[in-house]
Amino acid sequence: MTDVALVTGASRGIGRAIALHLAADGFAVAVNYASNSAKADEVVSKIEEHGGSALAVQADVSDADAVAAMFEMVSNELGSVSVLVNNAGITDDGLLLRMTSDQWDNVVNTNLGSVFLCTKAALRSMLRAKSGRIINISSVSGISGNPGQSNYAAAKAGIIGFTKSVAKEVGSRGITVNAIAPGFIQTDMTAALGDNVTDAVAEQIALGRLGLPGEVASIVGYLASDGASYITGQTIVVDGGLAL
Amino acid sequence: MERAEIESKLNELLVEELGLDADKITAEARFEEDLEVDSLGVVELLMALEDNFGVQIPDEEAESIGTVGQAVDLVVAKLAG
Repeated sequence: MTDVALVTGASRGIGRAIALHLAADGFAVAVNYASNSAKADEVVSKIEEHGGSALAVQADVSDADAVAAMFEMVSNELGSVSVLVNNAGITDDGLLLRMTSDQWDNVVNTNLGSVFLCTKAALRSMLRAKSGRIINISSVSGISGNPGQSNYAAAKAGIIGFTKSVAKEVGSRGITVNAIAPGFIQTDMTAALGDNVTDAVAEQIALGRLGLPGEVASIVGYLASDGASYITGQTIVVDGGLAL
Repeated sequence: MERAEIESKLNELLVEELGLDADKITAEARFEEDLEVDSLGVVELLMALEDNFGVQIPDEEAESIGTVGQAVDLVVAKLAG
């Protein structure tokens, strides 16, 4: 039976690259998306063109009922999830003094609340199987902080603490939990910053350029592989040598 | 479901889902002290009870389960109530 991976926020950007990478590694991939069904279908088609198996599944991952329904659908259609990639994330930047409670709640619930809900849902079958991989996409913003991103940085730092705690809770059952903290990666999220900002950022990166989504996806692929069986509770920084 | 039936089903779950030694399972056996079930194992037991008997066990009630017999008592009460 093919192992099943569920990637949240997989219709574009880093999530899309992760879905494609895991499919190429032989996983049947559940491609979760919030609203852009055309983009999610495109990811599924691309996987199927290459002989892989995939399923697009709509769910607002900050909503407990939607998450439960998503896991039920994936379990029925593809099988139990053995690799969960908590990737879904949004930004809604603003200096703290101008930040509304809505901006705070939306970003924290989508970026961190979703990790709680999806991990909890995935662990049931992983505990039974006594194996599983949970890979959480954090951010360098959560490690170093970033002005205008107190909500996003708090959520992304929260993911790191969550990762370490759950790794200790479920390690005895052969389940690993790790995080990846990407730096500046070429996605819609960083494109929104504008060329001036990204050019200035590139100068602060040892490798002199922004990263590609595939350069994060390959680390997810590694953490999901047999080769990473003795790594847990870690945060792997993938930032090209960024000095913040 | 008769009590004896619940008891034998529970014993089966303890062996299959928690990997316990069938010889050590008695009504008086304490999960943590005698059967060496860790805290996550207790959670797994609750999940198994919920899935297999179709009952919901809130955390407050779960705390009353110390021994195998008490787990049977709780399921019996849940199914009756």
